[in-house]
Amino acid sequence: MTTVLDPTSESRAEQRELVIRPESLDGLTIGLLDISKPRGDVFLDRIEERLTSMGASVNRYMKPTFAKPAPIDLRHEIATSCDAVIEALAD
Amino acid sequence: MSSSAPLPDGLVAIVKQDCPTCVLVAPVLVDLAGRSSIITITQDDPTFPALADWVVHDSDLSMSWHNDIVTVPTLLKVENGTPTSRIEGWDREAWEAFTGMTELGPELPDWQPGCGSLSVDPNLTDELSVRFSGSAMTSRRVEIAALEDEWEAMYDRDWSDGLPVVPPTEARVLRMLEGTTRNPGEVIAIAPPDLVECTVEKIAINAVLAGCRPEYLPVVIAAVEAVCSDEFNMHGVLATTMDVGPILIVNGPIRDEIGMNSGGNVLGQGNRANSTIGRAVQLVIRNVGGGQPGGIDRSAHGSPHKFGLAFAEDEEGSPWESFAQSRGFTAEQSTVTAWCGGGPTIMVDQLSRTPDSLIRHFAKSLLTSVAPRMALMETVLVIGPEHMSRFRDAGWDRARFVQELESHLAIQTDDVLRGVDGIDEGAAPEMAGKVISKFWPGGIHVIHAGGQTGLFSMAFGGWIPPPKGSVCTTKEINR
Repeated sequence: MTTVLDPTSESRAEQRELVIRPESLDGLTIGLLDISKPRGDVFLDRIEERLTSMGASVNRYMKPTFAKPAPIDLRHEIATSCDAVIEALAD
Repeated sequence: MSSSAPLPDGLVAIVKQDCPTCVLVAPVLVDLAGRSSIITITQDDPTFPALADWVVHDSDLSMSWHNDIVTVPTLLKVENGTPTSRIEGWDREAWEAFTGMTELGPELPDWQPGCGSLSVDPNLTDELSVRFSGSAMTSRRVEIAALEDEWEAMYDRDWSDGLPVVPPTEARVLRMLEGTTRNPGEVIAIAPPDLVECTVEKIAINAVLAGCRPEYLPVVIAAVEAVCSDEFNMHGVLATTMDVGPILIVNGPIRDEIGMNSGGNVLGQGNRANSTIGRAVQLVIRNVGGGQPGGIDRSAHGSPHKFGLAFAEDEEGSPWESFAQSRGFTAEQSTVTAWCGGGPTIMVDQLSRTPDSLIRHFAKSLLTSVAPRMALMETVLVIGPEHMSRFRDAGWDRARFVQELESHLAIQTDDVLRGVDGIDEGAAPEMAGKVISKFWPGGIHVIHAGGQTGLFSMAFGGWIPPPKGSVCTTKEINR
């Protein structure tokens, strides 16, 4: 038998339940997060139009750079002021 | 070593039966036991030199190990369990002075050197170091069954980058830790993307996996520190869909001390230090940080250099101050610089005999770096010795080189606007009529390395320049 040492962090990501999917968007606040890639705004402008027409109100957010994780304050603000969030990822 | 195995107070002799000098002095020990008080600690045969209450068997060698016994016989004076003085081997005069006795072993030769202590027997030291020092390591122990192939077991546990890894046994990790004076528990960095504490011990385990020798460990530690810094932004480097990864450049005396390659095939295979240091850093990110392809690593193509790339600068052959010196370090400091880049491309020029011609040709190549329509990028240039001689002969220093190169790297935006030449990619229409630079100011890093023959240099493609992307980061290497 050989004994080796674990090269990993020996930690496991915390599992969190997803919030229940809303039945309707009426009266909900939806966050739209632009990660600041080119033309993300084009995509999110259209999404905002669609969401607003369905009765949702929209908050717009933007990451300072797509190359880094969103700052924790921004994540906290979205989590506390929105019912759901849509992130525009790509070019 | 600690003295966690206290010795009996007073006069103590440490011996083994399998040592001609110990056998020689056995009558002296019996004599001393009769004349005064001595405890003899025997490493092998519990009845040597006598079956007596003044003979103690060091069956697990803990007393010998913890009290740094390297030679037998060793005579010790012990107070409160700790040796205060010692002599080694047989030397009548010394023994008489040490014990305060006369007429010791009158029939013996005056002097005879001792033998190696069993506690420093090369066949036993690995086992002993695990037995007595292994508890300093806190990582989970994973048992591989006798019938399991240990190399396959490493793959099964998902600890590999795809190439075989060396099983990190306790003995191997302890040996690796000998390469640094740092405590195994010291936290070196918060490893992205999972943002977990990365200790010296975890780095050492991954250095074993990668195939490093212990003397490489300080380089790996400093490199982990560099890539895990906020400035380097390893999370973004992983998450990008581009081909980039950390590229490690080593400067200073440690290059030669650990045998790094800065010459022929410098960016290729064949040198253990070059090949394993970069790999160890990538394995730390994979195993400790949790950054794996398909997970946070979203690269569309990756690149061969993402197995790990480290190389040294040829400082001795360069007419310039070293890359590290140009970044504010001294020639006596050893450093590692982490830079985020994509794969290298070759710059061939076999006919230029003046620096002006060569720099113009470099610029033509570099205008296509990453893509001809990308501007304000960053690059690392690895200038080969034969190309460098053009600049050496003309007396160009590093600053002149960069300044001349930049003068040929201006881009008329009208040439690269979207739609020009039938190409949709390009600068936005509002950029029309401007002049921009291919590389941002400070975005050209120049290193001298490569084989003595070959009129070639290499250029690495960059990623997103600072402050939004990754900042070239240099750390001093401390043992």
